[in-house]
Amino acid sequence: MIARRHFLQAGLATSALWGTSGFGNWSRLAARQRLGQEDLIGTGGPGNVTLIHITDIHAQTQPIWFREPEINLGVGDALGLVPHVTGAAFRKLYGIADGAPLDYALTYDDFVALGREYGRMGGLDRIATVLKAIRAERPDALLLDGGDTWQGSLPALRTQGTDMVRLFNALGTDAMTSHWEFTLGIDRVNEILETELDPAFLGANIFDATWDEPAFEPYKMFERGGTSIAVIGQAFPYLPIANPNWMFPDLSFGVRQERMAEMVQEVREAGAQIVVVLSHNGFDVDRKMAAQVPGIDVILTGHTHDALPEPVLVGKTHLIASGSHGKFISRVDLDVQDGALKGLTHRLIPIFSDVIAPDPEMTALVEETRAPFKDEMAEVLGTTDSLLYRRGNFNGTWDDLICNALIEEREADIALSPGFRWGASLMPGQEITREDVFNATAMSYPEAYRSEMTGETLKLILEDVADNLFNPDPYYQQGGDMVRVGGMGYRIDIARPQGSRITEMTLLSSGTAIDPASSYVVAGWASVTEGTQGPPIWDVVESHIRKQGTVSIDPNTSVDVVAR
Amino acid sequence: MSYSRRHTLAMIAGSGITVMLGARMALAKSAEEMIAAFTGGAQITGEGLTLTAPEIAENGNTVPVEVDAPGAEAIMILATGNPNPDVGVFHFGPLAGAQMASTRIRLAGTQEVVAIARMSDGSFARAAQEVKVTIGGCGG
Repeated sequence: MIARRHFLQAGLATSALWGTSGFGNWSRLAARQRLGQEDLIGTGGPGNVTLIHITDIHAQTQPIWFREPEINLGVGDALGLVPHVTGAAFRKLYGIADGAPLDYALTYDDFVALGREYGRMGGLDRIATVLKAIRAERPDALLLDGGDTWQGSLPALRTQGTDMVRLFNALGTDAMTSHWEFTLGIDRVNEILETELDPAFLGANIFDATWDEPAFEPYKMFERGGTSIAVIGQAFPYLPIANPNWMFPDLSFGVRQERMAEMVQEVREAGAQIVVVLSHNGFDVDRKMAAQVPGIDVILTGHTHDALPEPVLVGKTHLIASGSHGKFISRVDLDVQDGALKGLTHRLIPIFSDVIAPDPEMTALVEETRAPFKDEMAEVLGTTDSLLYRRGNFNGTWDDLICNALIEEREADIALSPGFRWGASLMPGQEITREDVFNATAMSYPEAYRSEMTGETLKLILEDVADNLFNPDPYYQQGGDMVRVGGMGYRIDIARPQGSRITEMTLLSSGTAIDPASSYVVAGWASVTEGTQGPPIWDVVESHIRKQGTVSIDPNTSVDVVAR
Repeated sequence: MSYSRRHTLAMIAGSGITVMLGARMALAKSAEEMIAAFTGGAQITGEGLTLTAPEIAENGNTVPVEVDAPGAEAIMILATGNPNPDVGVFHFGPLAGAQMASTRIRLAGTQEVVAIARMSDGSFARAAQEVKVTIGGCGG
């Protein structure tokens, strides 16, 4: 929660930010129709080509809770536009009734009450059931994975992605692109590509850093339903900046818009009738790219974890946003006539795990990948009294818990936790298992450092991250949320330029202003610097939870947000 | 078509281009002064110069930039936020097959990289891009 908010101008996004739906209409809930599997999966639209999109699953093979963001501010041309619309404004925009299944799946408010009603979402065995249903109708549907697949759970960490590679091979994935995949290290990525991976691994914007030459396959052509389809991969543009570049030192990324334009032209000349970009750019970057690069029919967006029930049309390009963590898959039916796209039907399929039956074969395969770690993962560390969630532009309760752990276990004044958008939620009253902690922390550079920083440095870090999130030009955005801060409050005016967004930095323990020249003990994790020292963050968090027994997170009132 | 640095160097070697990298001066001139000296104060009205640089530098110490201006006689590159903004001037002789070049430059911080091309008809074209140098580390 955010302390005070200043809104200078009314508008769609603003009303979203107030966020209080006043919802509590239990009779509506009670009256809701019983959901059926067939209702959720539905049928497709007209046409001869079907795409299935899944993205940003972050190694979540099991049904999970995942609360969508309350605060998701748009800047520049994206001000007030989806995906920067949340809560009641989102429901109004898409005509979703309060308490409806899609209210629970797509918005944040009343998450706990609705979650108890509708249950967890996702699960690879449920996804397998949906894939089978679609393929029964369209046997040659293309399954495209937007990446962030091999990272985010204890089994994926321990097996260095082998579990997810096996499972996505078994789903029959045709192509994928990437981001966190590279945090396994370039040697491991190459090993997977050479010996384990079935789908094409595409990235038109991945270059050799020394010679500035393409390093991976940029696209793959498919023949489906008498139609030639090009799938161009676009990896996360800012991997060497947002993640440790020493793990893949010879690779260079970037948006490389001119390269995308060249690839679109190249595949068109090679006979592609439909051009699909399988992207890990983030939604706002894709929206700009769609406006700047002509000739793309569909962009399957990823990275920023947005789920939208309808395509966003930019010129003639359809942007599809399929959410994260296995909560949704998108089915896109393309009606191609005379070599051109005549119509598109999109269905965002919510994976309600209590409604969609698990596919037994996939259940067995998933269990096989989890078996070696089952006892370790199941160990109960404590209980939470509070809803633990991460998503949102500023602090989430999971990060508050991590920051509390860092401050206490590492004896720090101030804690910093990265603004990752991955990590499952936990419901109040739920036991916290080791698996749950890994779902919020599992990655390959987990060292919880402890160091001294001056007030000036802290301000520099906050300003830098804020500009990665709120730069009005999407090509300068990196797609994470704001760095989470414990032990320190601040005020942020998102519309100001870099260097002047952050003010009123305050040390919470004393209530005094942060002095630029003074040093503070800062603990954090996920540093991109090679050789960072410290215990892994999951050990720090586990120790803290064990000492607490029952975790309770007070509302965080330390960030004062100014938005328009 | 895309050119790698390797190709570009080969092209430069084979097409009679001379490159004068900016010599360090005792007193750094401002970017405006350098542009004025390059253009002789002429108005910059032309188009046809493409400057390609990353939006965010992966490594501020070696940022790839490419300039391409069909019909240019010379292209100057400036890093406006560096202590010495002059990066260099690429001169293209009459036998040059293409008027493009790429190099890597060091940027002291977030700044605008500017290129000015002098065309064979005596007109000048300008292109610029903001290149951000960031401490990074929090992408999700």
